[in-house]
Amino acid sequence: MSRIEHFLARKHLTPVSPGTTPTQGNAPDRLDVDDAPAIAVESLCKQYRTHWAVDEVNFIVPKGWTVGLLGGNGAGKTTTISMIMGLVVPSFGRAMVLGHDMATERHKVLSRMNFESPYVALPGRLTVRQNLTVFGRLYGVANLKTRIEELIEDFELGDVLDRVTGRLSAGQKTRVAVAKALINDPDVLLLDEPTASLDPDRAEWVRSRLRGYQKRRGATILLSSHNMTEVEQLCDFVVIMSHGRVVAMGRPQELAERFKCRDLDEVFIYLARVA
Amino acid sequence: MPQSLNRIAAMTARYYYILRSSWLRLLEIVYWPAMQMMVWGFLYTYLYDSKSAMASTAGLLLGAVLLWDVLFRGQLGFTFTFLEEIWSRNLANLMMSPLQPLELAASLMLMSLIRLVIGTLPVLLLTWLLFGFNVYAMGPGLIAFFLNLVLTSWAIGLVVAGLVIRQGFGAESLAYSIMIVLLPLCCVYYPVAALPVWLHPVAWSLTPTYVFEGMRAVLLDGTFRVDLMIECLALNAVYLGIGFTTFVTLLQSARHKGGLLTMGE
Repeated sequence: MSRIEHFLARKHLTPVSPGTTPTQGNAPDRLDVDDAPAIAVESLCKQYRTHWAVDEVNFIVPKGWTVGLLGGNGAGKTTTISMIMGLVVPSFGRAMVLGHDMATERHKVLSRMNFESPYVALPGRLTVRQNLTVFGRLYGVANLKTRIEELIEDFELGDVLDRVTGRLSAGQKTRVAVAKALINDPDVLLLDEPTASLDPDRAEWVRSRLRGYQKRRGATILLSSHNMTEVEQLCDFVVIMSHGRVVAMGRPQELAERFKCRDLDEVFIYLARVA
Repeated sequence: MPQSLNRIAAMTARYYYILRSSWLRLLEIVYWPAMQMMVWGFLYTYLYDSKSAMASTAGLLLGAVLLWDVLFRGQLGFTFTFLEEIWSRNLANLMMSPLQPLELAASLMLMSLIRLVIGTLPVLLLTWLLFGFNVYAMGPGLIAFFLNLVLTSWAIGLVVAGLVIRQGFGAESLAYSIMIVLLPLCCVYYPVAALPVWLHPVAWSLTPTYVFEGMRAVLLDGTFRVDLMIECLALNAVYLGIGFTTFVTLLQSARHKGGLLTMGE
């Protein structure tokens, strides 16, 4: 049986039962957009030539949750996030955001989401103010001046506002990138290593801002990180990937208990070696 | 629609900020066409003063150089503005925003036009002051020539931008080299009749050919060939459609291939 036949057979014969945990199972085919989970990843697969970068991944992120997507290098996190953003089209399965298939209907939902990733930079030749203005206008932000002033205050950007973004320190750039990610008050926020280049003090400072935003806005956050302390502090739920597959999911504390580890850090190391 | 215009304006502002941020960039836009025009301008003066049989073609030569530059710089302006997104690793930010491909293309077209005006006007002035060649002698036909060449440059720019998205930096050199393929076939410096007969259909399938034939009709016979310009405009509409379809298709193909997120790394 070929890999594809195997996949299809598996998909038909062993559907993941919904409701086993808040983040498992397939969403119904037709779901009212308002009732849809913030993110639903259903049998998601991505094949590059002969390599399966993502291999039948399923999880659901309910609205208002912060979920961590963890895994070692090459685990498939970035590809999964890229498919959720609609930047990569899945080979099989689908990634839904707020009830819309990101492969075919992404433009219906893009104004309600945003992201930050170390792979992507803000235009370095523009000042921070110019960048925030351009992206605010792209997202159609109402009262843009007020929104930028709020972000300047929240992220203490006043002293760098008129400086060229490319000449900022790594930490300052990250703060600006997170501010850009919040410019449109997104309902769904995708963060790839949001504090990777920050010192522990600044990282905690950014985390507190993200927590504050999530609480105030009731936003959904999908976060990829290698910093397990960060994940434990921010995330309600964790999905751990290895070799393109989900190898474990649960609340951080539950996972530690399940694998008889002291904390998530140990769970991560254990799964990286075993899986 | 207002939202769409707002996004186009935002992107144009973004490109304008880049241009404004460096006087060297502004100088570069004027520098190359000006230097090229100096070379051809001196040749024009030499031929014109030589009273030889070549003297009558001197104006044709300079007119052809000027119009070819409109085509070449228009395409470079479009493609280089787009490449800024790749170089600054900003493409994923744009792809993840509500910006539509058509809006991105419209802002690139606007910027190409702005760069063209910045680069061309000083050169035209220079040509007139130094060599006494008045490009406005081409009359209202000049607007038709300019419009058609700009439309062609955008169609080519769209294809190159699509190839860069699909193939990555490997396709970047196309920005410089693709126009050279057109140079011998679209009869910039000689009439279509100078080509072998079997190449005539190829030449007439290229929009710049109509412009350069039209220019020769104006400068040699003093007649403006409206028929050529209408045919050229119709062909340009087709090419722009093909260009945009190619751009969208290659963008979609890049989404299947992956790598949009990490493009520019």
